[in-house]
Amino acid sequence: MALLKLTSPHAHAAQNTGAVMRLVLLATIPGLLALTVFFGWGSLINILIAGTVAVCCEALVMRLRKRPVMFYLRDCSALVTAVLLGLALPPLAPWWVVVIGTGFAILIAKHLYGGLGYNPFNPAMVGYVVLLISFPVQMTAWATPLPLYPEGLSAPSFWESLQIVFPVLSPGNIDAVTAATPLDTFKHNSSLLVTQLYEKTPLFSQAHWAGLGWEWVNLGFLAGGILLLARRVFTWHAPVAMLSSLALCAALFYDSGSSASHGSPLMHLLSGGTMLGAFFIVTDPVTSATSNRGRLIYGALIGVLIFIIRSWGSYPDAVAFAVLLMNFAAPLIDNYTLPRTYGHTKSRRATKKKE
Amino acid sequence: MRKIWDLVGGVHPPENKHQSVQQPIGRLPLPEKLVIPLNQHIGAPPKLVVNIGDEVLKGQVLAEPNGMVSVGVHAPTSGVISDISDYPIPHPSGMSARCITLIPDNYDRWIEHAGLDDFRACSPAKLLELIREAGIAGLGGAGFPAAVKLSARKPVSTLIINATECEPYITADDMLIRERAEDIVEGIRILAYILGDPEEVLIGIEDNKPEAYEALQPYLADTNIELVEFPTRYPSGGEKQLIQILTGKEVPSGGMPADIGIVCQNIGTTYAIQRAIRHGEPLISRVTTVTGRACTLNRNYQTLIGTPISHLLKHNGYDHHHCARLIMGGPMMGFTLTDMDVPVIKTTNCILAPSKEELPTPPPAQACIRCGMCAEACPASLLPQQLFWYAQSQNYERLEAHNLFDCIECGACSYVCPSNIPLVQYYRAAKGEIRKQAQEKIKSDRARARFEFQQARKAKEEAEKSAKREARKKAAAEARAKSGDPAATTDSQSDIVQAAMARAAEKQASPEAQKAKLERGVARAENHLQTVEQRLLAAEQDGNEQQVEQARAAVADARLRLDDALAKLQALETEGASTENKVMERLQASPNEALQKKIASLRERIAITEQKIAEADDEALETALQNGLDKQIGKLKEAEKQLAETPAGDAVLTPAGTTDAAAAAIAKAQARAAAMGNLSEEDKLRESIMSLEGRIEKAQAKLDEARASESEHVDALQTGLNKLQQKLLDNREKYFALTGQTIGSEEQPQDAASVAIARAQARAVELANMSEQDKLREAVNSLKGRLEKSRQKLRQAEAEGSEHVEALRTASEKLEAKLAAAEQQLAEYNA
Repeated sequence: MALLKLTSPHAHAAQNTGAVMRLVLLATIPGLLALTVFFGWGSLINILIAGTVAVCCEALVMRLRKRPVMFYLRDCSALVTAVLLGLALPPLAPWWVVVIGTGFAILIAKHLYGGLGYNPFNPAMVGYVVLLISFPVQMTAWATPLPLYPEGLSAPSFWESLQIVFPVLSPGNIDAVTAATPLDTFKHNSSLLVTQLYEKTPLFSQAHWAGLGWEWVNLGFLAGGILLLARRVFTWHAPVAMLSSLALCAALFYDSGSSASHGSPLMHLLSGGTMLGAFFIVTDPVTSATSNRGRLIYGALIGVLIFIIRSWGSYPDAVAFAVLLMNFAAPLIDNYTLPRTYGHTKSRRATKKKE
Repeated sequence: MRKIWDLVGGVHPPENKHQSVQQPIGRLPLPEKLVIPLNQHIGAPPKLVVNIGDEVLKGQVLAEPNGMVSVGVHAPTSGVISDISDYPIPHPSGMSARCITLIPDNYDRWIEHAGLDDFRACSPAKLLELIREAGIAGLGGAGFPAAVKLSARKPVSTLIINATECEPYITADDMLIRERAEDIVEGIRILAYILGDPEEVLIGIEDNKPEAYEALQPYLADTNIELVEFPTRYPSGGEKQLIQILTGKEVPSGGMPADIGIVCQNIGTTYAIQRAIRHGEPLISRVTTVTGRACTLNRNYQTLIGTPISHLLKHNGYDHHHCARLIMGGPMMGFTLTDMDVPVIKTTNCILAPSKEELPTPPPAQACIRCGMCAEACPASLLPQQLFWYAQSQNYERLEAHNLFDCIECGACSYVCPSNIPLVQYYRAAKGEIRKQAQEKIKSDRARARFEFQQARKAKEEAEKSAKREARKKAAAEARAKSGDPAATTDSQSDIVQAAMARAAEKQASPEAQKAKLERGVARAENHLQTVEQRLLAAEQDGNEQQVEQARAAVADARLRLDDALAKLQALETEGASTENKVMERLQASPNEALQKKIASLRERIAITEQKIAEADDEALETALQNGLDKQIGKLKEAEKQLAETPAGDAVLTPAGTTDAAAAAIAKAQARAAAMGNLSEEDKLRESIMSLEGRIEKAQAKLDEARASESEHVDALQTGLNKLQQKLLDNREKYFALTGQTIGSEEQPQDAASVAIARAQARAVELANMSEQDKLREAVNSLKGRLEKSRQKLRQAEAEGSEHVEALRTASEKLEAKLAAAEQQLAEYNA
């Protein structure tokens, strides 16, 4: 038998991209659990719809590109995109919103740019922003936390939730009960001091640190993120930089709790998509900066942008916009943040020509 | 406890070292043959000193080092050289190279050798020489000549002995330390002595070799050698990485450890040096690990250099059914072998025969998701994912900006890559491509420099040549001005050209116009003659002697001018460009008649002139008249010749046929005139020489004829011939003067009809390419040839009593003078 001619190294660590992706999926479970507990079945239904659409789109594209379909489906990258989008979308959003968002994310934001590893923008966030701009009504209607359901109304069961998402299934239309999120509350507050707002709003008064339900959702994603960090799926640089800069901005503009305050650092850290963004979106290796130094800059600027858009922008949350804006800047950051190579006195610039 | 710096990056591949340390270092029976590659090191291949059929002893030199960065090879055992030719060698490319095949005689007889009891009694330089002679090249992997590495130009502050052996599976150094720690420590002392006893002598060892650590300890008790243990992590054994771990210093990019006062040597090399110095044994064997699950026995062997791999495998229960690839070296940086018969060489630390399960064939590569695990693993702090990105897009500029050439190809990035991308292979290919491009750039730069230099040189030569030409022209013009030649007034090249063009234009002017012009000239001359004759009459009447004298001279001159004008007119009518006229005339009247008329008139005039000469009492006048007479005689001769040539039947030619012939003749004459106009001075001369030769031949023939018929024109003919010959001589002289020194001419003839022109051009080019010396030599040779010919002619003429003797003698004397001058010049040049 002929001996194989292969290049070194011959040994290989037992890792593969599919395993990394599956670990990421696993790490979303605590956050998903919290979402389901506090906001009902909506997020799970979102994920199911998005997952199905994403896998179908991925298979379709691979078929069109004449690639082995199963080989590419096994890397689970499409599923990760779908799950992240599903988690970000409002629970009980109409089914077609989820389908459009996922289809756009996979077909346009991912595959038209060359597929896995080549997309300059985070596909889930592209899908989210497209939906937010196109269907603001559906996208700003966030389900009411179950403990705050009005008297006489019970939380929708799984079947009822399905009927809300797929209106064809219900003879008489069932409507989801929606409410303002903590971020909305602060945005629309103009007269109350922070302490008064906390006392008057059940969303805050019934919570421990931030908004009811939201705090647990964010803590869930934080737990997942810590798991991924421990498993060295990504480095700490980008998420820590983002959370720090966001907290710092919030502290600077807290205005000692006046009516002009934009909310406490803790409220910002545990509201909206902060933790989901910090550990599952900002850490997306394909679209972020490459070096650790670059990731610090990248993460920190995302934190600043999130605070700016949340406080002075007109959208309910800002993670998607901030991430997309910084996706633009990532290659530029890369050019200026090369690590110092062994044997060199200082780091080089990637744009520098040969001496 | 010494401070240990952290290795940046790095990975923890399964070590798999325990399998091969269960038994001591073994020895194998001698193989049937040993195949010893000539070049087993980095540097120049050594010089072969044995031949096929030679019997050699163990340790005998087979090839000597060739230059500084080179080491020799020695016979690993006694036997016979059976072959010296190309065989597959252990190399990633699987290439073949020159190898010496040795058939062992199984006596294993050593050549006489002796070591040094006290190495400190020897100078470091002498020890380095011994190391070099022992053929020691780095045993760690690269195979750099040890002596070169040890002869550092800068002072060495730290000597590091690399006992790291970070590659999985390999235990050769580990086992060597366990069994021969004392010898190794002596080797370290020798190294330290050679390097001038550096302040620090460190042994770096990973913490996965406690037995080796313990084995070394007792021998280090009263030395300054420090044994430093640090955590096991691949690739801490890389020279640069080890230096960083032990000293915190970094080897500058593109530099050597010696640049920061550090020298690194491998355990195996240290041991080989100890054997060479202490025992006088050259490097003929090394410890090699044979391991992997495809072998039932995993063990280290003291292996002779040149032992075929198949021999090692055979004694270790190798089963090829379980083995997909055979690796020389470790699983991280080793390379696959495609031929089982390649030999063990000085750098072969391990033969790894893994089973298919142990090191499975890598799955197909997936897309890079830029996860950055590679960057975390990189010991050189590179960004492998970016390097991969740019290697794929062949963006070599970016690759260099990302410090591709600081990659040590350790394979840590590929090892951790979750997408199974063969990153190192991309970097190797990109490095190779960049090196190739750099070489091509150097080549093209050289070619450009060469071309530019050539252009500059040509321009310079051209400038020199034209300066010379100018100087020569000026000198010639001055000379002509001195000799009173009216042509000398035209001293610049362009004037000469214009004059030539004007002449050509004149020649090409319509015959009618020319004739009219000449007729006007004749009329003018007649008028002038009448005027001066009247003046003469008046002067005679006055009786003024002086005025009479002057008037007479003037009359003679005027007559001559008139004659000249008439002759020109005649010439136009009878020959050259006026062929048409001639033909027309011939058609109109009987040519014989006209010619006879002309001859009669000429004779009349000759008679008058002769009479005048007889009457003349003034010498100047006499000469002038004589000249005129000569001319007239020439013309007469011409006319007579024409008369002789003109057949009587001419008159009956049909007008049509004659016109055609005439047209052809006109065309020919015009072409000739045009060609003349375009010819260079040189070519003109050659042309005229050729025509003169033709004319002399004809004149000679005529003269002979006249003599035979006892014609009254014999004398006249003789004079004409003499004149022609003189002219020919002059022309030849001029031609030599021109071609002997002139190099090329700017007015290249456009009309290439003449073969002679082409020949002259070729010769001019040849001359232009010659050095001054060669030109002189050429001139001398040609002069000699010509002198020889001239003397021959002279002798012939003297024998015949010819009247040209005088002329010939003058010519050969001139030639002699020229030759002497040329020879002297040449002698000066040669001196």
